[in-house]
Amino acid sequence: MSTVTPQTALATYIVRHADDNVVIGQRLAEYVSRAPELEEDLAVSNLALDHIGVADHLFTYAAKIEGGDCTGDDLAMFRAERQYTNLLLVEQPHHGFGDVMVRQFLFDAYQLPLWGTLSDSTDDTIAGIAQRAARESTYHLRHSSGWVIRLGDGTDESHERMQTAVDGMWRFTGELVEADDLDRQMAAEGVGVDPSTLRDAWESTVDAVLEEATLTRPSDPFQTSGGRSGMHTEHLGPMLAEMQWLQRANPGLSW
Amino acid sequence: MVITEMSPVERARELLDRVVDPDIPFLTISDIAILRAVEIDDAGTVTVTITPTYSGCPAMATITSDIHSVLADGGFDDVAVETAYTPAWTTEWMSDEAKRKLAENRIAPPDSVLSVVPEVLCPLCTSDEIRTVSQFGSTACKSLMVCTRCGEPFDYFKAI
Repeated sequence: MSTVTPQTALATYIVRHADDNVVIGQRLAEYVSRAPELEEDLAVSNLALDHIGVADHLFTYAAKIEGGDCTGDDLAMFRAERQYTNLLLVEQPHHGFGDVMVRQFLFDAYQLPLWGTLSDSTDDTIAGIAQRAARESTYHLRHSSGWVIRLGDGTDESHERMQTAVDGMWRFTGELVEADDLDRQMAAEGVGVDPSTLRDAWESTVDAVLEEATLTRPSDPFQTSGGRSGMHTEHLGPMLAEMQWLQRANPGLSW
Repeated sequence: MVITEMSPVERARELLDRVVDPDIPFLTISDIAILRAVEIDDAGTVTVTITPTYSGCPAMATITSDIHSVLADGGFDDVAVETAYTPAWTTEWMSDEAKRKLAENRIAPPDSVLSVVPEVLCPLCTSDEIRTVSQFGSTACKSLMVCTRCGEPFDYFKAI
């Protein structure tokens, strides 16, 4: 196994988006068989498949850029918590269906405009992956926002649970539209997107859905970030341990 | 009688028509437009270019291995399967023949846009009184519908 920490700027940039997708994909996979009804189990597993698929394409591409022996699987399975650069929102655990859908919704509202912009990337491979992901994201957002509205504007109990989920995840949403030097560099080169330019699109989706769901947008301004530089909440490590143990115990194992 | 011998590319293409989507076995990879190009260079290396459908489609691995095995059966030993990401695959590339086969097998073929309520007909009784049960169905590419007239539950191949 060669080095698994991406060295070039482009690979590092691709890996952060791959990380977002593999982490939310793993979280969704954890929920399979626990959904309130069969159709939702199918939906959750399909969402997981889409995200893990996007992650796979991005990891494979990043590994190709890195060259050498590094593979996409190495990037997913042999990097530790501090080397993961996903957004904090996607690593947050869930305690029920409402949490799963709120986390998904807040993330979908970010990913849809993200993929829309990356569809015009000057990097052909990124553009192609993004074009497909944008269409998938349309279905994801339709599904997650539908549940946020249905449960938010549902019974007293479902409303309360959804409000608690929104309040609990809100402090991780500022990071979605926060740019760092690498984002700005990639945006300047026409390869990537400066996430701060996605803020208006994200807010208008989120505000409209929360309003229809009769949920209150949290007013607490406190925000936490750090995922892009490997500073995670306490939840990522145990999740990666579960995700990676098989490959770490049996390196190179395949179906 | 003139026997026109097939060129190696034509022969490879003919062999590749045996490769089907494992989830929808009545559709070949060419029907579904996963197969994008077949080239053979001077050294005899066959390069097959495919494009992934849904990002997480688990069938791609099987398809890749099937491509290798049908070509090996036909005598092509040096085969490379490449993945092209751009342009991104869309259901708009699906042939009319593929759509006809889908309908024949009671899977409603894809509409042309990502509509909330797709304009599809019940593949059993052709009624337009249909309802979406779930946007996500048995595979990544399908959603689950039901006909409210005849009661038939059916798969719809989602437009993407």
